[in-house]
Amino acid sequence: MELLTNILAAMVVAGTPLLLVALGELICERSGVLNLGQEGMMLMGAVAGFVVALTTGSLAVAVFAAVFAGIGMALLFAFMAVTLAANQYAAGLALTIFGTGLSAFVGAGFVGESINGFERVAIPLLSDIPVIGRVLFHQDLLVYFSLVAFAGIWLFLHHSRGGLLLRAVGEDPEAANANGLKVLVVRYLAVAFGGGMAGLAGAYLSLAYTPMWTENMTAGRGWIALALVVFATWRPERVLIGAWLFGAASILHLVLQGLGWRASTELLAMLPYVVTILMLILLSFDPVRTRLNTPLSLGQPYRPSH
Amino acid sequence: MLLLERRPVDSSLMRWASPVLALVLTVITGFVLFLAMGKDPVEGLTFFFITPISDLIGLAELGLKMAPLLLCAAGLTVCYRAKLWNIGAEGHFLMGALGASAVAVQLVDASGVWVLPVVLVAGVLAGMLWAAIAAGLKTHLHCNEILTTIMLNYIALNLLLYAVHGPLKDPYGFGFPQSVMFGESALLPDLIPGTRLHLGLAFGLLAAVSVWVLFARSFIGFQLNVIGQDHRAAAFAGFGARRLTWFAFLVGGATAGLAGASEVTGPIGQLVPQVSPGYGYTAIIVVFLGRMHALGIIAASALLALTFIGGEMLQIAMNMPKAVTGLFQGLLLFYLLTCDAFIHYRIRLRAPVRKPTRVAAPAATQEA
Repeated sequence: MELLTNILAAMVVAGTPLLLVALGELICERSGVLNLGQEGMMLMGAVAGFVVALTTGSLAVAVFAAVFAGIGMALLFAFMAVTLAANQYAAGLALTIFGTGLSAFVGAGFVGESINGFERVAIPLLSDIPVIGRVLFHQDLLVYFSLVAFAGIWLFLHHSRGGLLLRAVGEDPEAANANGLKVLVVRYLAVAFGGGMAGLAGAYLSLAYTPMWTENMTAGRGWIALALVVFATWRPERVLIGAWLFGAASILHLVLQGLGWRASTELLAMLPYVVTILMLILLSFDPVRTRLNTPLSLGQPYRPSH
Repeated sequence: MLLLERRPVDSSLMRWASPVLALVLTVITGFVLFLAMGKDPVEGLTFFFITPISDLIGLAELGLKMAPLLLCAAGLTVCYRAKLWNIGAEGHFLMGALGASAVAVQLVDASGVWVLPVVLVAGVLAGMLWAAIAAGLKTHLHCNEILTTIMLNYIALNLLLYAVHGPLKDPYGFGFPQSVMFGESALLPDLIPGTRLHLGLAFGLLAAVSVWVLFARSFIGFQLNVIGQDHRAAAFAGFGARRLTWFAFLVGGATAGLAGASEVTGPIGQLVPQVSPGYGYTAIIVVFLGRMHALGIIAASALLALTFIGGEMLQIAMNMPKAVTGLFQGLLLFYLLTCDAFIHYRIRLRAPVRKPTRVAAPAATQEA
């Protein structure tokens, strides 16, 4: 029981960066914009958060810096993909390559430094619940934020006027425009929100998960999150479960080694990537549902005719 | 008010001016960046762009870095022309290096002219195998190729790390994660004696010429172009999308695999974990910058090869982080895509539209 609780708690921690970035991308894709630059925005968030934490000593300021770094990157993407109506695939790739390069450049002098990252804070009463208390309510602040963000996004998408507008733009920008919606503004906001969440996810890695900075420390999580959003058929509740399951896959090698299994670290480290491919294969068995849930205008640039 | 207006016809001048413009903007940004860091910008840009290629040794190094970029880019061109977003050149490359090394370490003591071709073919096959996985996932299971190829890149990297830490590790290598040095007959011959430039560059140039022949002179190249420009038209014409997808991916895997094999049998001579500084990803920039055209990708691969050695030069000469290479590459691609927008659009000056007065119907407001 003790072991299981520990594993579940570690799973939530490992799943949190994925959850944050995938929720942001979910909102972005619901507006019809596919941003493949998640990895780049996460890396910028991670490096900005770490550098600011190290220089100011304040984790709160660091988190804000990370969010703004993510938003800044996202706005670059929005300028290309929304204003200039560039190919979203190419623009997203460019953002990832640019973010990888820029973050390595900014962080070059900070490799090997260390900070005191986020500590766990037990929530009174709730953390006394058996198992669930330890798993969900004895974590760091960013984990709690990810839960709040999940609840907020779920409510926003399904029970608010704003959510309806967002989905309308994503399904049919032409009709939304005809109804007087500012399609480009909505898309800019959605992309910026995605950037902020990706920045935060990056900060989670460099401020809480492993409080340090290394080049490419996101290790493909931004890409996995993109697959996750498709797998979750653009629904926040499925993103939550998927992110935690991925968290489980990415700590499996630690669990197996803890249980005394002798297997190569490198081979086990492949697991999250293999699971992602398996997940994509699984999706292919139900193409109709995927197609029904895909925001109709996803990936297509839109320019209002007047 | 500035307005973005669709051109009636795409601008072919802009198509070729855009890469040049992007380079100029990148250099200007670099200039500002050097100033911001308190370094002499002229000196910095000279160290980055000119010093590395000011002698024969430097030019040979440029060719050395061009070879893998050009090979990967040639394969990716075939994919991207057909709008198949294969991001997996890095994975194909790593598998090519791994496959070639696995064979080469078995043939350390063998001699004869057959050894090198066998090693290279092993690399090509390994690259093709890796590309075939992505192709199969796309044609039969409709998996998005961007995501599968990215994942396969990470898996390939871990496989390579596993190999150098395990089965292919040199038992007498003082614990370093690397293979034994390959035998003399498994190494690529030098192109220019006295430099490190090897036959790989010739492979790259050959690949670029083949791409030109493919798209200018062959039916399959035509089919790939059509399917890339209009999927439905290709279907009506009866072009087999599956067959073309397989073809493009296998070509991509073969060339990148050969690039990986040439890297381990060329300048390195053994399998090491850092066999690629990201050639497969940089090759994507080469393809876009080179306008998916044979001559274009040759020029673009030279420029991006320069960013690798320019970055190293800045590190040595001005104590700058080596990451300046990645930053430069990212900026270049970024500016390129921005400039590319003006292939399809042009900027128009227009007086701001007056807001409709209150008398006007609400419908008019909505239309504005």
